[in-house]
Parts: sequence; structure tokens; C-alpha cells
Amino acid sequence: MDLAFIIIAVLTLASAVAAMSLRNLVHCALCMVMTFAGIALTFLQLNAEFVGLAQLLVYVGAVAILIVFAILLTRSEDAKKEVRFVSSSTVVGFGVVALVAVSLLAAIQHTQILPPQSVVAPHVSVKRIGEQLMTNYVLPLEVIGLLLTAAMIGAVVIAMREPDPADSVDVQQRNGSPLKLDPDSKKTAVVANE
Amino acid sequence: MTGQLDQLFVSLKQWLVSFLPQAAQPMAGILLSISAIIGAFATMFAITTIMERKILGRIQNRLGPNRVGPFGLLQPAADGIKMLTKEDIVPFAADKLVHFLAPVVLIIPVALALAMIPYGRNMTAVDLDAGILFFFAVGSATELSVFMAGWSSQNKYSLVGAMRAIAQMISYEMPLVLSTVSVLMMAGTLSLPLIVQAQSGYIYEILPRWNVFTPWGLAGFVLFMIAATAESNRAPFDLPEAESEIIAGYLTEYSGFKYALFFMAEYWGLFAVSGLAVTLFLGGWNAPFPFLQWVPSWAWFFAKLGTIIFGFIWVRGTLPRLRLDQLMNFAWKFLLPMSLINIVVTAMWHFSRVFQFVGAREMRWVLCALVLAIPYFFLGRALGEGRPAKRNYKFAE
Amino acid sequence: MLGTGLIKGMAQTAKNFVGSYQGPERLVTVQYPEERLAPKENARNFPFLVFDGDDAQKGLRCVACQICEKECPPKCIYINKSKDKKPDYIGKPQFYPATFDIDISVCMSCQICVEVCPFDAIKMDKVFELSTTDRFEALLLHKTELAKPNEYFQELHPTEAAEIDTRFAEEKLKAEAKAKADAEAKAKAAAIAAAPKPEPAPVDGSIPTPVAPKTI
Repeated sequence: MDLAFIIIAVLTLASAVAAMSLRNLVHCALCMVMTFAGIALTFLQLNAEFVGLAQLLVYVGAVAILIVFAILLTRSEDAKKEVRFVSSSTVVGFGVVALVAVSLLAAIQHTQILPPQSVVAPHVSVKRIGEQLMTNYVLPLEVIGLLLTAAMIGAVVIAMREPDPADSVDVQQRNGSPLKLDPDSKKTAVVANE
Repeated sequence: MTGQLDQLFVSLKQWLVSFLPQAAQPMAGILLSISAIIGAFATMFAITTIMERKILGRIQNRLGPNRVGPFGLLQPAADGIKMLTKEDIVPFAADKLVHFLAPVVLIIPVALALAMIPYGRNMTAVDLDAGILFFFAVGSATELSVFMAGWSSQNKYSLVGAMRAIAQMISYEMPLVLSTVSVLMMAGTLSLPLIVQAQSGYIYEILPRWNVFTPWGLAGFVLFMIAATAESNRAPFDLPEAESEIIAGYLTEYSGFKYALFFMAEYWGLFAVSGLAVTLFLGGWNAPFPFLQWVPSWAWFFAKLGTIIFGFIWVRGTLPRLRLDQLMNFAWKFLLPMSLINIVVTAMWHFSRVFQFVGAREMRWVLCALVLAIPYFFLGRALGEGRPAKRNYKFAE
Repeated sequence: MLGTGLIKGMAQTAKNFVGSYQGPERLVTVQYPEERLAPKENARNFPFLVFDGDDAQKGLRCVACQICEKECPPKCIYINKSKDKKPDYIGKPQFYPATFDIDISVCMSCQICVEVCPFDAIKMDKVFELSTTDRFEALLLHKTELAKPNEYFQELHPTEAAEIDTRFAEEKLKAEAKAKADAEAKAKAAAIAAAPKPEPAPVDGSIPTPVAPKTI
């Protein structure tokens, strides 16, 4: 085995374990980023340049930042609570892991493993990937594009929801309306305090 | 003779490597390239800091630093000694490990990005098939280190600065990448040396075939430079470090050599993104005119790089800092639509190549420029909407 | 249109950049240690003590009334009153400060000590190159360092100094005239009362005081 592969594999696995077991959520997220980077490096080692770099760009560049933002914006004191080792979520987690492992094992069992000598690393250029995407796989590509557009529009709609003007008037009246804009005044930027 | 001068560094490397045994040669070659890049850009960082201060001074009718050495040229050495000898303060509440790792994590991707750029004929340290993808992939890792720096300092200013930096970088990464797409479409490759090659040659044997001299190339260059300014956190997009608002942003709790590392990484990022702009739009190491081809290719590259950095300094000396909402509006309501339109224009340019009648070349030029200019006008006007026309203050007559 | 303002601004800074090499009169910076601007009339930073004549000890205007010590907001003035007296400018015997210290590391340059002084003895100075390597003893100025001649004050604030000088001269004349009248009256009275002992009043009787080394 390659020395570089061993180093990358150990780093990836160690950071994955750390991502699960550390207490501080931000540390977990950072360890997960390391796992993503390790996976990207594995792809690069397999001469899958495009996939490796896309992994780096999408997971380290975007997903990691998303996770970090989510942690920072939603962090509460729950993170410090004592974790019970047998709970419904643990059971469900182990169930999912077992299911994935069994299906992976089954897939590996049914794969015809080629002898290493016969593997000729095909040099797939980015241009060929692009051509394939635009010819053979154009329909899946378009569907994914549509899906992402729909998701983005949905996100915009959720973010755009503004407080109802009637509500704001109600709030003003309830608070006794200390601030009033004087529409007749020519001095537009002045808020008269009455 | 000209060819020898052009290939000076390449043959120097080969000559140095040839002393070693066959097995060690590739590794030694890589190490030589790495040390050459790091050495060259560390020197350039020092020169840029002093030139920036000098030029900013002149822009503000001052002299700039002139105390250390002749004309103050040894100022970077004094700064470096000061940075190295300062106490390295780590806040008591800080997350020590993450606080330590943040500058390291920042400088690695920036140095990796520098390895991608073709500095001259046969002078690309790493020639990847997907070079530009690699550039953006490692570039996106810098956001993480900014977050690490801001979060681990346990300081509200640091955190606010980091949040601003990440929001800004994510917003401006999109126009940055999209404005390069038009170049990739025309060159048909992601490899940076091949993109430079596609810009070689001369129209009518005199005019350079650089991308910036086409309507889509010019628009792409401007969009790219604006987004690059924001990506490298320079004025007028220096909100993450806005010293009048949040002390120094995510750098607040850093001192000594860690601060110097951050500072250097910022400038290296600036060099990397400027080098990419030179490669994509300004013809890389190609000479502007055929009769100037005797000048070595790397000299052309660094001359163009210097010009772009001078432009950055000039902009910094002129424009005031944007407000956060203006920043976001500008990215999403102006830069993003413009870069998408630019891609359409590039496609127009590409497909209108088939027309061969007299004046077709000029007509194509005018048409593409119009398709870009009209949305520019209307989007620019829309940006200005909602701005109060004239403010009257009651107590400030 | 978007961008016109940007171009205008860039042109302005380009004009500055090129112009700063063309016309040195654009550069407003004064190269400080080599070139200096004359200090402004109203500049002030730390107080000093004014003395008349040549002898810093003898001519000190301060009478150790300690008003400035009491009024000083950060309490940076320390005065010890003398046991004996010395004559002031009109010859009247007055106390004088045995020690007069100002801690200029505490002083906030408010000028209140100057405002309250009834004897025009303490004034604001314009010196600013006061950096030292010792932040305790070197910044506690003693009487010898604080005392500066009236000529120095005349240089700093010509109008104010001239006004004070004429007032002092008038007071001195008045005092001399009064002393003369008193002496005459006394002499007359003495002559009337008893002829044998016509002792004049000690107008300029000098008390021997230790002469401080002159520092200014």
C-alpha cells in the first residue's frame, strides 16, 4: 500500500471519529471538514481530479460553512446536557448504520474485483466529463438544475416574508407609539419625539 | 540569447536538479519550485507593503514612510523585526488549538493557489488539467480559517468580523467564478497554461489577442476584479476588518507572528487572484506587441501583476468603505446578473464567428457591447433606487 | 449612471498622486525632528512657575498660598510652605514654597491652577518633548525644574506678559509711594515724639535664602 494513502486514510478516519465523539459542536464541525478534505484527497489520489476538486469546492467550501453557520445561529445550552447512552436516537442511529453497512457489504460482495494489473487508470479530462454531461446525461442534469432552482426560489420566499403592516401598526399602538413620523414636515429625516 | 533569458529559471532549475541522482530528481524539482515561489512572493509581499504605504501617502498628499533606510525602503525589514519580536498573546478564554491553527490553515491554501499560475513560458509549478477548479477549490478553504480565527478568539468583534467575512466571501465567490466561465467557454479548457496559449498571437499582426480586448472579456475583467477585491477583503470591501467599526475584525486577538502570517496570507491571496486575472484576461505572459517579444515572458507576467496591484492600491486610496446592505445588494443585484448576462454575450460572440461578410467583425463587437451596456445602465439605476434624494437635518445647518 | 462618481474620484486621487511629485507645495507634512512649526499662541500643556529677575529662588512669584494645590482636579501639585518669609516684588514679606512639585504624568493640562492663581505665579508652558526612560522620578518636576524666568513667559505670551508686567510695575510704584508716605509720616511722628531714633522701615531688607542652581 501507498504511504500517502495510509496517511490520508488514518487522518480521515481519525477526524471522522473525532467528529462524532468531541463535545464542542464547532470542534466536531471542524473535524468533519477534515474528513471531507481527506475524502477529496483520496479522490485526487485515484486520479479522479474533477471529482476530488468538486468535493473540495462543494464540501469544504460550502457545506462546511453552512454547518458552521447553522451551529452558530442555533446554538443553545442543550449542547452541554449530559448525553444518555441508550436513547431512542442511539437505537435509530445504530439501526441506520447497520442497514448501510449490510447494503454496502452486499454491494461489495457482488462486485467483480479486477486484478490490480489490469487496471489502467483512464485519464478522464474535464472536457470529456462536460461533453458527457451535455450529451448522454443532459436530462438528469436539467432535472437537478430545476430541483435546485425550485429549492432556491423556496428559500427566497421563506426569507422574504416580511411582517404584516397591520401587525406593525398594532405593535405601535400597544407600545403607546412614542415615535411618530410627521408627514407635513419638509425636513424628512427628522423624527419628532412627542 | 532572448530564448535563454526567457528560459533562465527553467534551465537553472534543470541544471541544479541534474546534480542529484535520478530517483531524487522529481522531488527535488518540486521542492525547488516551491521554494522559488515562496521566496519570490515573500519578497514581493515586502515590496508591496512599502509601495502601498508610499502610494497611499502620495494619493493623500503625504510623503509616506521615509525614515528607515534610503527613502524608507527598509521599512518592511523594520516591520518584520517588530512582528517577530512582539509578544504572542493568546486570550485566556480562547480556544488555544483552533486559535493557533487558523493562520496555518489560511496560508496553506493560498500557497497552493500560487502554485497553479503560469508565471512564464514553461513556468507553471503544477500543471493540472483542472487548474482553475483547483484554484477556486483551495480558495474556498480560506473562509474556514477566517471562521476559525473569529470563533476561537472568543471576542465579539472577532466573531462579527468573521461572520461578515464569510458572508462577503460567499456572496462574491459566485460572480468571481461566473465571470471566469466566459473565458473557459472561449478557451475550451480549464488548464491555465492552455488559456494563456489561447490568448497568444496577434490580430492583423499587431493587436494582442487578449481576452480583455473583447466586450465580454472587458466586462468579465471588471466583474472579476470587483469580486476579487471583495474576496481578498480589501478596501472598499474591507468590512471584515473595518477598523472604525469592529477594531480589526477576526484579527483583533492576534499579535506577533500569527498576525504577520495573516497579513502575509492576505497579500498572497491578493497576488494569487491578481495572477489569475492576468492569466485569464490580460494574456498571461504574452507580450502586448510582436516587436516586444524579446522581453522575457516572466517579466511580462510580473509587470502585469504589478499594474493590477497598483490598481488595487489606487482603488483603496480612493473609495470609502461600503455599508453591509450595500455590499450584499451590489453582489446579488448587480454583479450576479451582470456575470450571467456576460455568459450569454460570450455565447453570442462565439456563435457569431460564422458570419464572414464585410464589417461582420465590427458589427459583432458593437452588438455584444450593446447587450452588455443596456443591462449595465438599468441595473445600475436600480441599485440607486430607494436612496434618499437629499437629506435635511434639523440640527445640522 | 453607475460608475461615473467612481471615475471622478479615481481621477482626483490620480491627480493627487502625480501632483505630489510635481509640486512639493502640495505636501503638507512637516518633517518633524528636522523641521518644526512655530508653536501656536494658545498652545499649552504643563504648568511652570514664573520668577522675576535673575535669581530663580529669590524672584519666585509663588507665595505658597496652596490654592492651586487644592483646586487641582487630579491632585498633581504638592506644596510645602516655608517657615520663614521673603519679600515679594513690592517688598512685602511673604511665604515661599519650600518644595513645589508637579507630577506631569498625572497632570491633565486643564489650566485651572493658572486660572485660580492670584499672583500670576503659575503659567502654562509649551514644551512637549518630555519623553524619558523613567516614568516615576523623571516625570515629577521639582521647583528647580519648574522655575522659569519672566523673559521666557514674555516670549510665550507677549500680550499677557506685558499686561502683567505693567500692573506689577504700577503696584510697585504705588507701594513705593505709600511706603515713602508712611516713612515720612512715621518720621514726622517720630520726630514729634522723640527725636533721637529715626529708623526707616526696611524697604529692601533681604533675607539670606539658599540660592537654587539655575536650570533654565
